[in-house]
Amino acid sequence: MTNTLHRFGSRDSLRDDYIIFAMAARGINDQGAPPKLQTFLRLALKHHPINVGNAVKGGIFRASKALTPLAHWRRREFIAPEEVVESIDTCTTVSAVFDDPANLEAFLTELKAADLGVSINIAALTDEARTCCQRAGITRHSVEYSLGFHGDLNRLPDRHVLELSTMCGHGMVAHNLTKKMLDWVKEGRRDPRQAATYLAKFCTCGIYNTTRAIRILEEARVGK
Amino acid sequence: MQIDHGKCVACGNCIPVCPMGAIYIDPAVNRATVNLDECVECFTCYRGMSKEYLNPTLVRTIRGFLKYLRIRFDPEPDVCPTDALTPQELTWPRIVRRAFSDPLVPHESTGIHGRGTEEVKTNDVTGRVNEGEAGFTIEFGRPGVGVRFRDIQKMTMALAPLPITFEKKNPVFSLMADPATGTIREDILNEKVLSAIVELKTRLEHVPQVLRMVEEVSQDLETIVSIGVATRCDGQGDNALEPLLKREGYEFYRGKTNLGLGRRPAAVPA
Repeated sequence: MTNTLHRFGSRDSLRDDYIIFAMAARGINDQGAPPKLQTFLRLALKHHPINVGNAVKGGIFRASKALTPLAHWRRREFIAPEEVVESIDTCTTVSAVFDDPANLEAFLTELKAADLGVSINIAALTDEARTCCQRAGITRHSVEYSLGFHGDLNRLPDRHVLELSTMCGHGMVAHNLTKKMLDWVKEGRRDPRQAATYLAKFCTCGIYNTTRAIRILEEARVGK
Repeated sequence: MQIDHGKCVACGNCIPVCPMGAIYIDPAVNRATVNLDECVECFTCYRGMSKEYLNPTLVRTIRGFLKYLRIRFDPEPDVCPTDALTPQELTWPRIVRRAFSDPLVPHESTGIHGRGTEEVKTNDVTGRVNEGEAGFTIEFGRPGVGVRFRDIQKMTMALAPLPITFEKKNPVFSLMADPATGTIREDILNEKVLSAIVELKTRLEHVPQVLRMVEEVSQDLETIVSIGVATRCDGQGDNALEPLLKREGYEFYRGKTNLGLGRRPAAVPA
Protein backbone atom coordinates (compact mmCIF):
# COMPACT_ATOMS: atom_id res chain seq x y z
CA MET A 1 0.00 0.00 0.00
CA THR A 2 1.09 3.56 -0.52
CA ASN A 3 -1.96 5.01 1.15
CA THR A 4 0.08 7.45 3.23
CA LEU A 5 2.89 8.22 0.78
CA HIS A 6 1.45 10.77 -1.61
CA ARG A 7 -0.45 13.28 0.54
CA PHE A 8 -0.45 16.48 -1.46
CA GLY A 9 0.68 19.79 -0.06
CA SER A 10 3.55 22.20 0.52
CA ARG A 11 5.90 21.77 3.46
CA ASP A 12 3.88 24.34 5.37
CA SER A 13 0.60 22.62 4.54
CA LEU A 14 1.94 19.32 5.90
CA ARG A 15 3.39 20.74 9.10
CA ASP A 16 0.74 19.16 11.34
CA ASP A 17 0.41 15.81 9.58
CA TYR A 18 2.05 12.72 11.10
CA ILE A 19 0.79 9.20 10.50
CA ILE A 20 2.36 6.28 12.31
CA PHE A 21 1.35 2.76 11.53
CA ALA A 22 2.20 -0.80 12.47
CA MET A 23 2.03 -4.00 10.48
CA ALA A 24 3.50 -7.48 10.41
CA ALA A 25 5.20 -9.11 7.43
CA ARG A 26 2.90 -11.74 6.01
CA GLY A 27 4.28 -15.23 6.41
CA ILE A 28 7.21 -14.05 8.56
CA ASN A 29 6.18 -12.43 11.84
CA ASP A 30 2.39 -12.23 11.46
CA GLN A 31 1.68 -15.13 13.82
CA GLY A 32 0.37 -13.65 17.07
CA ALA A 33 0.37 -10.11 15.65
CA PRO A 34 -3.17 -8.94 16.62
CA PRO A 35 -2.46 -8.46 20.36
CA LYS A 36 0.72 -6.52 19.49
CA LEU A 37 -1.25 -4.28 17.15
CA GLN A 38 -3.80 -3.70 19.90
CA THR A 39 -0.98 -2.72 22.25
CA PHE A 40 0.33 -0.31 19.60
CA LEU A 41 -3.01 1.49 19.46
CA ARG A 42 -3.52 1.51 23.23
CA LEU A 43 -0.11 3.13 23.65
CA ALA A 44 -0.95 5.62 20.92
CA LEU A 45 -4.20 6.60 22.62
CA LYS A 46 -2.24 7.81 25.65
CA HIS A 47 -0.68 10.53 23.50
CA HIS A 48 -3.71 12.29 21.99
CA PRO A 49 -3.94 11.12 18.41
CA ILE A 50 -6.68 12.77 16.34
CA ASN A 51 -7.62 9.58 14.52
CA VAL A 52 -6.83 5.89 14.84
CA GLY A 53 -7.68 3.13 12.45
CA ASN A 54 -7.76 -0.55 11.58
CA ALA A 55 -7.23 -0.93 7.83
CA VAL A 56 -9.83 -3.69 7.48
CA LYS A 57 -12.49 -2.28 9.81
CA GLY A 58 -12.15 1.52 9.71
CA GLY A 59 -11.23 4.52 11.82
CA ILE A 60 -13.18 6.41 14.43
CA PHE A 61 -15.33 8.30 11.90
CA ARG A 62 -18.11 6.06 10.60
CA ALA A 63 -21.16 6.14 8.38
CA SER A 64 -24.52 5.39 10.02
CA LYS A 65 -26.40 2.44 8.57
CA ALA A 66 -29.68 2.92 10.43
CA LEU A 67 -30.70 6.55 10.26
CA THR A 68 -34.23 7.77 10.82
CA PRO A 69 -35.66 11.22 10.10
CA LEU A 70 -35.34 12.06 13.80
CA ALA A 71 -31.70 10.92 13.98
CA HIS A 72 -30.33 13.82 11.93
CA TRP A 73 -30.19 16.02 15.00
CA ARG A 74 -28.28 13.45 17.04
CA ARG A 75 -26.17 11.48 14.60
CA ARG A 76 -23.42 9.31 16.00
CA GLU A 77 -20.63 10.21 13.61
CA PHE A 78 -17.73 8.56 15.32
CA ILE A 79 -17.04 5.60 17.56
CA ALA A 80 -14.96 5.36 20.70
CA PRO A 81 -11.27 4.75 19.91
CA GLU A 82 -11.30 1.66 22.11
CA GLU A 83 -13.84 0.15 19.69
CA VAL A 84 -11.20 0.42 16.97
CA VAL A 85 -8.75 -1.41 19.25
CA GLU A 86 -11.28 -4.15 20.02
CA SER A 87 -11.97 -4.58 16.29
CA ILE A 88 -8.44 -5.93 15.68
CA ASP A 89 -8.97 -9.66 15.34
CA THR A 90 -6.70 -10.45 12.40
CA CYS A 91 -3.33 -9.46 11.00
CA THR A 92 -3.92 -5.97 9.63
CA THR A 93 -2.38 -2.51 9.48
CA VAL A 94 -3.21 -0.17 12.34
CA SER A 95 -2.54 3.54 12.37
CA ALA A 96 -2.62 6.66 14.49
CA VAL A 97 -2.63 10.24 13.24
CA PHE A 98 -0.96 13.02 15.21
CA ASP A 99 -1.04 16.74 14.62
CA ASP A 100 1.64 17.55 17.22
CA PRO A 101 5.19 16.18 16.84
CA ALA A 102 5.72 16.36 20.59
CA ASN A 103 2.93 13.82 21.12
CA LEU A 104 4.41 11.60 18.42
CA GLU A 105 7.85 11.73 20.06
CA ALA A 106 6.41 10.72 23.42
CA PHE A 107 4.62 7.82 21.74
CA LEU A 108 7.82 6.75 19.98
CA THR A 109 9.67 6.60 23.29
CA GLU A 110 7.03 4.24 24.66
CA LEU A 111 6.99 2.19 21.47
CA LYS A 112 10.71 1.62 21.59
CA ALA A 113 10.47 0.44 25.17
CA ALA A 114 7.52 -1.84 24.38
CA ASP A 115 9.57 -3.73 21.77
CA LEU A 116 6.52 -5.14 20.02
CA GLY A 117 8.52 -6.71 17.19
CA VAL A 118 6.20 -5.53 14.38
CA SER A 119 7.26 -3.01 11.74
CA ILE A 120 6.54 0.63 12.57
CA ASN A 121 6.52 3.37 9.94
CA ILE A 122 5.99 7.13 10.02
CA ALA A 123 4.49 8.94 7.03
CA ALA A 124 5.28 12.65 7.29
CA LEU A 125 7.83 15.24 6.21
CA THR A 126 10.89 13.02 6.08
CA ASP A 127 13.25 15.32 7.95
CA GLU A 128 10.63 15.90 10.68
CA ALA A 129 10.10 12.15 11.00
CA ARG A 130 13.84 11.62 11.29
CA THR A 131 14.10 14.28 13.99
CA CYS A 132 11.27 12.68 15.99
CA CYS A 133 13.02 9.33 15.76
CA GLN A 134 16.39 10.71 16.81
CA ARG A 135 14.85 12.39 19.86
CA ALA A 136 13.34 9.03 20.82
CA GLY A 137 16.68 7.30 20.35
CA ILE A 138 15.68 5.53 17.10
CA THR A 139 17.78 5.40 13.91
CA ARG A 140 15.67 4.98 10.79
CA HIS A 141 16.07 1.67 8.96
CA SER A 142 14.66 2.49 5.50
CA VAL A 143 12.99 5.43 3.83
CA GLU A 144 10.68 5.88 0.85
CA TYR A 145 10.47 9.26 -0.85
CA SER A 146 7.39 10.59 -2.63
CA LEU A 147 8.41 12.07 -5.98
CA GLY A 148 4.93 13.41 -6.66
CA PHE A 149 2.49 13.20 -9.55
CA HIS A 150 3.35 12.71 -13.21
CA GLY A 151 1.43 11.89 -16.37
CA ASP A 152 -1.79 13.60 -17.47
CA LEU A 153 -1.78 16.35 -14.84
CA ASN A 154 -4.66 18.13 -16.61
CA ARG A 155 -6.92 15.60 -14.92
CA LEU A 156 -6.06 16.90 -11.46
CA PRO A 157 -8.26 19.37 -9.53
CA ASP A 158 -7.07 22.45 -7.65
CA ARG A 159 -4.70 22.41 -4.68
CA HIS A 160 -7.28 22.67 -1.89
CA VAL A 161 -9.20 19.74 -3.32
CA LEU A 162 -5.98 17.74 -3.64
CA GLU A 163 -4.83 18.62 -0.12
CA LEU A 164 -8.11 17.38 1.32
CA SER A 165 -8.81 14.37 -0.91
CA THR A 166 -5.31 12.86 -0.85
CA MET A 167 -5.49 12.49 2.92
CA CYS A 168 -7.40 9.33 2.13
CA GLY A 169 -4.68 7.38 0.42
CA HIS A 170 -7.05 4.74 -0.92
CA GLY A 171 -8.89 7.36 -2.92
CA MET A 172 -12.17 7.00 -1.03
CA VAL A 173 -12.60 10.77 -0.55
CA ALA A 174 -13.77 11.88 -3.97
CA HIS A 175 -12.61 15.11 -5.57
CA ASN A 176 -16.22 16.10 -6.26
CA LEU A 177 -17.31 15.57 -2.66
CA THR A 178 -14.29 17.56 -1.48
CA LYS A 179 -15.18 20.40 -3.84
CA LYS A 180 -18.75 20.27 -2.57
CA MET A 181 -17.57 20.62 1.04
CA LEU A 182 -15.26 23.50 0.14
CA ASP A 183 -18.20 25.26 -1.52
CA TRP A 184 -20.56 24.53 1.39
CA VAL A 185 -18.11 25.98 3.91
CA LYS A 186 -17.68 29.06 1.73
CA GLU A 187 -21.45 29.44 1.50
CA GLY A 188 -21.87 29.02 5.23
CA ARG A 189 -23.97 25.88 4.84
CA ARG A 190 -21.62 23.88 7.07
CA ASP A 191 -18.71 24.82 9.30
CA PRO A 192 -15.20 23.39 8.69
CA ARG A 193 -15.48 20.85 11.50
CA GLN A 194 -18.70 19.42 10.08
CA ALA A 195 -17.27 19.34 6.55
CA ALA A 196 -14.08 17.62 7.74
CA THR A 197 -16.18 15.00 9.54
CA TYR A 198 -18.19 14.23 6.39
CA LEU A 199 -14.95 13.69 4.47
CA ALA A 200 -13.28 11.64 7.22
CA LYS A 201 -16.15 9.16 7.27
CA PHE A 202 -15.27 7.97 3.78
CA CYS A 203 -11.68 7.13 4.72
CA THR A 204 -11.81 3.42 5.49
CA CYS A 205 -8.46 2.99 7.23
CA GLY A 206 -8.63 5.90 9.66
CA ILE A 207 -5.70 8.00 8.47
CA TYR A 208 -7.72 11.14 7.72
CA ASN A 209 -6.28 14.16 9.53
CA THR A 210 -9.26 16.26 10.57
CA THR A 211 -7.11 18.94 12.23
CA ARG A 212 -5.37 19.63 8.93
CA ALA A 213 -8.66 19.37 7.03
CA ILE A 214 -10.33 21.98 9.24
CA ARG A 215 -7.39 24.31 8.78
CA ILE A 216 -7.44 23.90 4.99
CA LEU A 217 -11.21 24.47 4.87
CA GLU A 218 -10.83 27.62 6.99
CA GLU A 219 -8.13 28.96 4.69
CA ALA A 220 -10.09 28.12 1.56
CA ARG A 221 -13.23 29.79 2.98
CA VAL A 222 -11.57 33.20 2.96
CA GLY A 223 -9.78 32.64 -0.31
CA LYS A 224 -6.24 31.86 0.88
CA MET B 1 -22.57 -1.16 -8.39
CA GLN B 2 -26.09 -0.30 -9.45
CA ILE B 3 -28.83 1.98 -8.22
CA ASP B 4 -32.35 0.68 -7.68
CA HIS B 5 -34.53 3.05 -9.69
CA GLY B 6 -37.56 1.90 -7.71
CA LYS B 7 -35.98 3.36 -4.57
CA CYS B 8 -33.92 6.27 -5.91
CA VAL B 9 -35.42 9.75 -5.42
CA ALA B 10 -32.79 11.61 -7.46
CA CYS B 11 -31.60 13.62 -4.48
CA GLY B 12 -28.11 13.67 -6.02
CA ASN B 13 -26.23 12.94 -2.79
CA CYS B 14 -24.39 9.97 -4.27
CA ILE B 15 -23.13 11.86 -7.32
CA PRO B 16 -20.15 13.69 -5.78
CA VAL B 17 -19.32 10.72 -3.53
CA CYS B 18 -18.10 8.56 -6.42
CA PRO B 19 -14.30 8.87 -6.78
CA MET B 20 -14.58 8.19 -10.51
CA GLY B 21 -17.51 10.52 -11.14
CA ALA B 22 -19.41 7.56 -12.56
CA ILE B 23 -22.81 8.40 -11.07
CA TYR B 24 -25.16 10.89 -12.73
CA ILE B 25 -28.89 11.70 -12.88
CA ASP B 26 -30.17 10.18 -16.10
CA PRO B 27 -32.60 12.80 -17.48
CA ALA B 28 -34.53 10.13 -19.36
CA VAL B 29 -35.73 8.54 -16.12
CA ASN B 30 -34.85 11.18 -13.51
CA ARG B 31 -32.96 8.66 -11.40
CA ALA B 32 -29.30 8.29 -10.37
CA THR B 33 -27.51 5.90 -12.71
CA VAL B 34 -24.05 4.32 -12.64
CA ASN B 35 -21.88 4.36 -15.75
CA LEU B 36 -20.66 0.79 -15.36
CA ASP B 37 -17.71 1.26 -17.70
CA GLU B 38 -16.33 4.02 -15.48
CA CYS B 39 -17.36 2.39 -12.17
CA VAL B 40 -14.39 0.64 -10.55
CA GLU B 41 -16.45 -1.25 -7.92
CA CYS B 42 -14.64 0.48 -5.07
CA PHE B 43 -17.82 0.38 -2.92
CA THR B 44 -17.16 3.92 -1.65
CA CYS B 45 -20.77 4.91 -2.32
CA TYR B 46 -22.26 1.80 -0.75
CA ARG B 47 -20.02 1.70 2.30
CA GLY B 48 -19.31 5.38 2.89
CA MET B 49 -22.81 6.79 2.65
CA SER B 50 -25.09 6.64 5.65
CA LYS B 51 -28.49 5.12 5.03
CA GLU B 52 -32.08 5.92 5.75
CA TYR B 53 -34.98 3.73 4.71
CA LEU B 54 -37.64 6.27 3.82
CA ASN B 55 -40.57 5.57 1.55
CA PRO B 56 -39.47 6.66 -1.95
CA THR B 57 -42.91 7.83 -3.06
CA LEU B 58 -43.25 10.01 0.03
CA VAL B 59 -39.77 11.49 -0.44
CA ARG B 60 -40.36 12.20 -4.15
CA THR B 61 -43.66 13.90 -3.34
CA ILE B 62 -42.10 16.13 -0.68
CA ARG B 63 -39.12 16.95 -2.89
CA GLY B 64 -41.43 17.77 -5.81
CA PHE B 65 -43.54 20.09 -3.63
CA LEU B 66 -40.51 21.92 -2.23
CA LYS B 67 -39.07 22.25 -5.72
CA TYR B 68 -42.36 23.77 -6.95
CA LEU B 69 -42.16 26.34 -4.14
CA ARG B 70 -38.49 27.05 -4.98
CA ILE B 71 -37.51 26.17 -1.43
CA ARG B 72 -33.88 25.07 -1.20
CA PHE B 73 -33.56 21.77 0.57
CA ASP B 74 -30.40 21.29 2.60
CA PRO B 75 -30.01 17.56 3.27
CA GLU B 76 -27.12 15.83 4.96
CA PRO B 77 -24.74 15.29 2.01
CA ASP B 78 -23.56 11.81 2.97
CA VAL B 79 -26.94 10.08 3.24
CA CYS B 80 -28.87 7.92 0.81
CA PRO B 81 -32.43 8.48 2.06
CA THR B 82 -33.85 5.27 0.55
CA ASP B 83 -30.95 2.76 0.58
CA ALA B 84 -30.98 2.67 -3.22
CA LEU B 85 -27.36 1.61 -3.80
CA THR B 86 -27.26 -2.04 -4.77
CA PRO B 87 -24.08 -4.12 -5.17
CA GLN B 88 -24.12 -6.56 -8.05
CA GLU B 89 -22.52 -9.98 -8.14
CA LEU B 90 -19.18 -9.66 -9.85
CA THR B 91 -17.62 -12.22 -12.16
CA TRP B 92 -14.35 -12.35 -14.06
CA PRO B 93 -12.96 -10.09 -15.43
CA ARG B 94 -15.01 -7.33 -13.73
CA ILE B 95 -14.18 -8.73 -10.29
CA VAL B 96 -10.61 -7.50 -10.86
CA ARG B 97 -11.93 -3.96 -10.50
CA ARG B 98 -13.04 -4.56 -6.95
CA ALA B 99 -9.87 -6.39 -5.98
CA PHE B 100 -7.81 -3.34 -6.85
CA SER B 101 -10.26 -0.60 -5.90
CA ASP B 102 -11.93 -1.69 -2.65
CA PRO B 103 -9.39 -1.39 0.18
CA LEU B 104 -11.41 -3.74 2.37
CA VAL B 105 -11.01 -6.67 -0.03
CA PRO B 106 -7.75 -8.61 0.26
CA HIS B 107 -5.83 -9.41 -2.89
CA GLU B 108 -5.84 -13.15 -3.49
CA SER B 109 -2.24 -13.07 -4.69
CA THR B 110 -0.80 -11.39 -1.59
CA GLY B 111 -3.53 -11.67 1.06
CA ILE B 112 -3.04 -8.00 1.82
CA HIS B 113 -5.79 -5.39 1.82
CA GLY B 114 -5.53 -2.00 0.19
CA ARG B 115 -3.53 -2.31 -2.99
CA GLY B 116 -1.93 -5.42 -1.61
CA THR B 117 1.74 -4.57 -1.21
CA GLU B 118 4.08 -4.34 1.78
CA GLU B 119 6.88 -2.47 -0.03
CA VAL B 120 9.43 -0.94 2.30
CA LYS B 121 7.00 -0.84 5.21
CA THR B 122 8.22 -4.24 6.44
CA ASN B 123 11.75 -3.92 5.06
CA ASP B 124 13.23 -4.28 8.57
CA VAL B 125 11.82 -7.82 8.63
CA THR B 126 11.85 -8.86 4.97
CA GLY B 127 15.16 -7.27 3.90
CA ARG B 128 13.62 -6.77 0.49
CA VAL B 129 15.60 -3.61 -0.34
CA ASN B 130 19.21 -3.36 0.85
CA GLU B 131 21.87 -0.67 0.85
CA GLY B 132 22.90 0.04 -2.72
CA GLU B 133 19.45 -0.91 -3.99
CA ALA B 134 16.31 1.08 -4.72
CA GLY B 135 12.73 -0.15 -4.52
CA PHE B 136 10.21 1.62 -6.73
CA THR B 137 6.46 1.92 -6.23
CA ILE B 138 4.90 3.20 -9.44
CA GLU B 139 1.26 3.91 -8.74
CA PHE B 140 -1.32 4.47 -11.43
CA GLY B 141 -4.71 6.10 -11.13
CA ARG B 142 -4.32 8.12 -7.96
CA PRO B 143 -5.51 10.61 -7.01
CA GLY B 144 -9.05 10.22 -8.20
CA VAL B 145 -8.48 9.45 -11.89
CA GLY B 146 -8.41 5.67 -12.17
CA VAL B 147 -6.49 3.61 -14.70
CA ARG B 148 -7.09 0.84 -17.21
CA PHE B 149 -4.72 -2.07 -17.37
CA ARG B 150 -3.80 -1.25 -20.96
CA ASP B 151 -2.08 1.90 -19.64
CA ILE B 152 -0.31 -0.06 -16.93
CA GLN B 153 0.92 -2.49 -19.60
CA LYS B 154 2.50 0.37 -21.56
CA MET B 155 4.64 1.09 -18.51
CA THR B 156 5.49 -2.51 -17.61
CA MET B 157 6.50 -3.29 -21.19
CA ALA B 158 8.76 -0.23 -21.25
CA LEU B 159 10.37 -1.14 -17.92
CA ALA B 160 10.81 -4.89 -18.50
CA PRO B 161 13.96 -4.54 -20.70
CA LEU B 162 15.69 -2.32 -18.13
CA PRO B 163 17.99 -3.73 -15.40
CA ILE B 164 15.11 -4.16 -12.96
CA THR B 165 13.33 -6.98 -11.16
CA PHE B 166 9.57 -6.87 -10.75
CA GLU B 167 8.36 -7.68 -7.25
CA LYS B 168 6.66 -11.07 -7.38
CA LYS B 169 4.51 -10.54 -4.25
CA ASN B 170 2.52 -7.88 -6.03
CA PRO B 171 -1.05 -8.06 -7.40
CA VAL B 172 -0.13 -6.55 -10.79
CA PHE B 173 2.71 -9.06 -11.18
CA SER B 174 0.26 -11.88 -10.54
CA LEU B 175 -1.72 -10.69 -13.57
CA MET B 176 1.23 -10.53 -15.95
CA ALA B 177 1.06 -12.90 -18.89
CA ASP B 178 4.84 -12.69 -19.36
CA PRO B 179 6.95 -10.81 -16.77
CA ALA B 180 9.97 -10.96 -19.07
CA THR B 181 8.19 -8.67 -21.53
CA GLY B 182 5.88 -6.93 -19.08
CA THR B 183 2.71 -7.99 -20.88
CA ILE B 184 -0.47 -8.26 -18.83
CA ARG B 185 -3.15 -10.85 -19.53
CA GLU B 186 -5.29 -9.71 -22.43
CA ASP B 187 -8.73 -10.34 -20.91
CA ILE B 188 -8.34 -7.54 -18.33
CA LEU B 189 -6.68 -4.82 -20.40
CA ASN B 190 -9.88 -2.79 -20.64
CA GLU B 191 -10.79 -3.18 -16.97
CA LYS B 192 -10.61 0.07 -15.02
CA VAL B 193 -9.44 0.23 -11.44
CA LEU B 194 -9.16 3.05 -8.92
CA SER B 195 -5.42 2.50 -8.60
CA ALA B 196 -2.73 -0.13 -8.99
CA ILE B 197 0.92 -0.29 -8.06
CA VAL B 198 3.83 -1.80 -9.94
CA GLU B 199 6.79 -2.57 -7.71
CA LEU B 200 10.32 -3.19 -8.85
CA LYS B 201 13.86 -3.19 -7.56
CA THR B 202 17.10 -2.03 -9.15
CA ARG B 203 20.63 -0.99 -8.24
CA LEU B 204 21.07 2.63 -7.21
CA GLU B 205 23.15 3.40 -10.30
CA HIS B 206 20.17 2.50 -12.50
CA VAL B 207 17.71 4.78 -10.67
CA PRO B 208 18.11 7.71 -13.11
CA GLN B 209 17.46 5.41 -16.07
CA VAL B 210 14.30 4.02 -14.50
CA LEU B 211 13.05 7.48 -13.54
CA ARG B 212 13.58 8.82 -17.04
CA MET B 213 11.66 5.90 -18.54
CA VAL B 214 8.76 6.29 -16.08
CA GLU B 215 8.51 10.00 -16.80
CA GLU B 216 8.71 9.45 -20.57
CA VAL B 217 5.99 6.76 -20.65
CA SER B 218 3.78 8.71 -18.20
CA GLN B 219 3.35 11.46 -20.79
CA ASP B 220 1.46 9.04 -23.04
CA LEU B 221 -0.88 7.64 -20.41
CA GLU B 222 -4.46 8.70 -19.74
CA THR B 223 -3.90 8.72 -16.01
CA ILE B 224 -1.74 10.05 -13.20
CA VAL B 225 1.45 8.25 -12.18
CA SER B 226 2.77 8.68 -8.63
CA ILE B 227 6.37 7.69 -8.06
CA GLY B 228 7.84 6.46 -4.81
CA VAL B 229 11.41 5.24 -4.41
CA ALA B 230 12.91 3.63 -1.31
CA THR B 231 16.20 2.41 0.03
CA ARG B 232 17.89 0.97 3.12
CA CYS B 233 19.68 3.46 5.35
CA ASP B 234 23.09 3.00 6.94
CA GLY B 235 23.84 2.84 10.63
CA GLN B 236 23.51 6.62 10.99
CA GLY B 237 20.21 6.76 9.10
CA ASP B 238 21.74 8.27 5.97
CA ASN B 239 21.44 6.88 2.44
CA ALA B 240 22.92 7.36 -1.01
CA LEU B 241 19.52 7.63 -2.72
CA GLU B 242 18.73 11.09 -1.39
CA PRO B 243 21.71 12.93 -2.94
CA LEU B 244 21.22 10.96 -6.15
CA LEU B 245 17.60 12.13 -6.47
CA LYS B 246 18.64 15.72 -5.79
CA ARG B 247 21.30 15.51 -8.51
CA GLU B 248 18.54 14.34 -10.87
CA GLY B 249 16.61 17.49 -10.07
CA TYR B 250 13.84 16.08 -7.91
CA GLU B 251 12.39 18.11 -5.08
CA PHE B 252 10.94 15.96 -2.32
CA TYR B 253 10.17 16.42 1.34
CA ARG B 254 7.61 13.83 2.20
CA GLY B 255 7.77 10.07 2.54
CA LYS B 256 7.64 7.01 4.74
CA THR B 257 10.23 6.13 7.33
CA ASN B 258 10.66 2.57 8.56
CA LEU B 259 11.86 2.72 12.16
CA GLY B 260 13.57 -0.66 12.17
CA LEU B 261 11.61 -1.93 15.18
CA GLY B 262 10.31 -5.07 13.48
CA ARG B 263 11.94 -8.41 14.24
CA ARG B 264 12.15 -11.63 12.27
CA PRO B 265 11.50 -14.70 14.43
CA ALA B 266 14.58 -16.87 14.78
CA ALA B 267 12.61 -19.87 13.56
CA VAL B 268 11.86 -18.21 10.21
CA PRO B 269 14.85 -18.47 7.82
CA ALA B 270 15.93 -15.43 5.85
